[in-house]
Amino acid sequence: MSTGGAIPVGLAADIGVVRGPFRLRVAIEAAPGETVAVMGPSGAGKSTLLGALAGMIPIDSGAVRVDGRVVTGRAPGLVLLGQEPRLFPHLDARENVAFGLRARRVPRAAARATADEWLARVGLPGRGDARPDELSGGQQQRVAVARALATKPAAVLLDEPLTSLDPETAAEVRATVREVLGTAVVATHDPVDALAWANRLVVIEHGEVVQTGPARDVLRMPATPYVAAIAGLNRIEGVARGGRWRGAGLELTAQDTASASAVADGAALVAAFSPGAVRLEPGDGAGPRIVRVEPTVMGWRVHVELEGAVRLAADGPAGRDAGAWHPGMPVRVAVPAEAVRLYAPPRLDG
Amino acid sequence: MRRGYAPPVLAVPAVLGLALLVVPLAALVGRIDPGTLWQDVTSPEALSALRLSLVTGLTATAVCTVLGVPLALMIARAGSRSAAVLRAIVTVPLVLPPMVGGVALLFLFGRTGWLGGLGIQLPFTTTAVVIAQTFVALPFLVLAVEGALRTSGVAYERTAAGLGAGRWTILWRVTLPLAAPGLVSGIVLCFARAVGEFGATALFAGNAPGVTQTMPLAIYTAFNGAGVSQSAAVALSLLLLVTAIAVLLLVRAWRPGRALA
Repeated sequence: MSTGGAIPVGLAADIGVVRGPFRLRVAIEAAPGETVAVMGPSGAGKSTLLGALAGMIPIDSGAVRVDGRVVTGRAPGLVLLGQEPRLFPHLDARENVAFGLRARRVPRAAARATADEWLARVGLPGRGDARPDELSGGQQQRVAVARALATKPAAVLLDEPLTSLDPETAAEVRATVREVLGTAVVATHDPVDALAWANRLVVIEHGEVVQTGPARDVLRMPATPYVAAIAGLNRIEGVARGGRWRGAGLELTAQDTASASAVADGAALVAAFSPGAVRLEPGDGAGPRIVRVEPTVMGWRVHVELEGAVRLAADGPAGRDAGAWHPGMPVRVAVPAEAVRLYAPPRLDG
Repeated sequence: MRRGYAPPVLAVPAVLGLALLVVPLAALVGRIDPGTLWQDVTSPEALSALRLSLVTGLTATAVCTVLGVPLALMIARAGSRSAAVLRAIVTVPLVLPPMVGGVALLFLFGRTGWLGGLGIQLPFTTTAVVIAQTFVALPFLVLAVEGALRTSGVAYERTAAGLGAGRWTILWRVTLPLAAPGLVSGIVLCFARAVGEFGATALFAGNAPGVTQTMPLAIYTAFNGAGVSQSAAVALSLLLLVTAIAVLLLVRAWRPGRALA
């Protein structure tokens, strides 16, 4: 931690890792009971961060603190759960969950009883005798979650725990994990995970934190194109002018203009809105132009190029107007004020 | 085509090869005199050789396990280059004529040898038998266990470490159980090789009945017309053959999942 807010318990880390050309420099905290989601594009350093927190990857600078104490190497208070459940194939589900307890010299009977409780908590009551190869992928991952949590770690580190599951199974396991997760840092590429589990979302890109805050706020006010992409929003940078927003040849107002009016004319202001809210009309020669039309599950998506090569996406339902749009066509773009969110580009402290 | 595209005529050398392996053993079984079989096997000389073979074979297997599993672990977790060098070193006794091994052991432990000169006198003792058997059998165990350890990798060990298990806990509860198939077949092959050992034992330990005369040496002696009778030699050979087949069945019948369940 560089500035204030010393957390006496829970997880607090401020670490630097150098691996060849890649540099990771991230400060992250999780108070007791708090779940922090870490999102970022591939190669942003999510797995490196979790590996470093777990002591699997050496830290080049900074420190990891668990309950205020600096931990080095494998921290006994932190348990890492990866994409693969990696249940020990020679042990049944109960012995797998009991493994960490047995390693902590908990007597066999007590460890087994605790393991059975945890299996019940992750929705697998009575499956203690099942061997890993008798369990489905989702069940295996539930057992792995139970195994990680049974040791009562100060914090559990989850590295994309649902990635290897199909969507339906992932949704079930997601709900189970939500029930049982305590202090945790979760790396994920799915905003649904972040919204379901996390009190706070930390976005890292190129090894650095680019945005942090409550998950919903971060996703509604994306600071970078990556965050806008995972949130499924159009995000266009512009400036404030007289309580309105101007950018890329567009002029928009927001119903909640407080933020816009609070910003001095000419100051940077970001507009965010959903592609579904965009209204397109055939335009005249100049201005926005359609570059691509692609079908979506529910209809179509039109990609429009604005001034300065800024791109915007507009969604429409199937049927209506479906054939009306084609590449090269000039359009007028309107976004209703109630759908627009204007905000100053989030700045990170320190 | 499930059977592939091998020319059918290859069946001729194949069957010849099979015959070469099986017919001699059939001939051996054919020489058995059922009337005296039990008597031959239970003759004092045969029993003494049998007992000595069992004791030295089991001791050598135990020594091989205690030394060989850590060696296999070291090779399996070494970098690919040093692992290749170590594996080559371990393989040498496997391809070396056992006689040469016996000579080498004599030069180490003999009266004028490196260790023999220091007053350690081992040749022509039962201990020498165990050392000779260990020398020739250790590679079997190391290579089998090393292969299993390399295959199971370190991912589960890492998982166990992440759950807070210490190094010894990981070894006993994860690494060795995961390598159990290789461990069992390694131990069984090691025992079979130790019991069948002849060359190194003959040179290094000699052929003293009751002290160093194991079953293979007793068989050899019998055919040279001394000590046990020839029919006893046939009976002992049959015993070794049965042992070998039992060992093979044991290795094949062993299924990791079931055996550990």
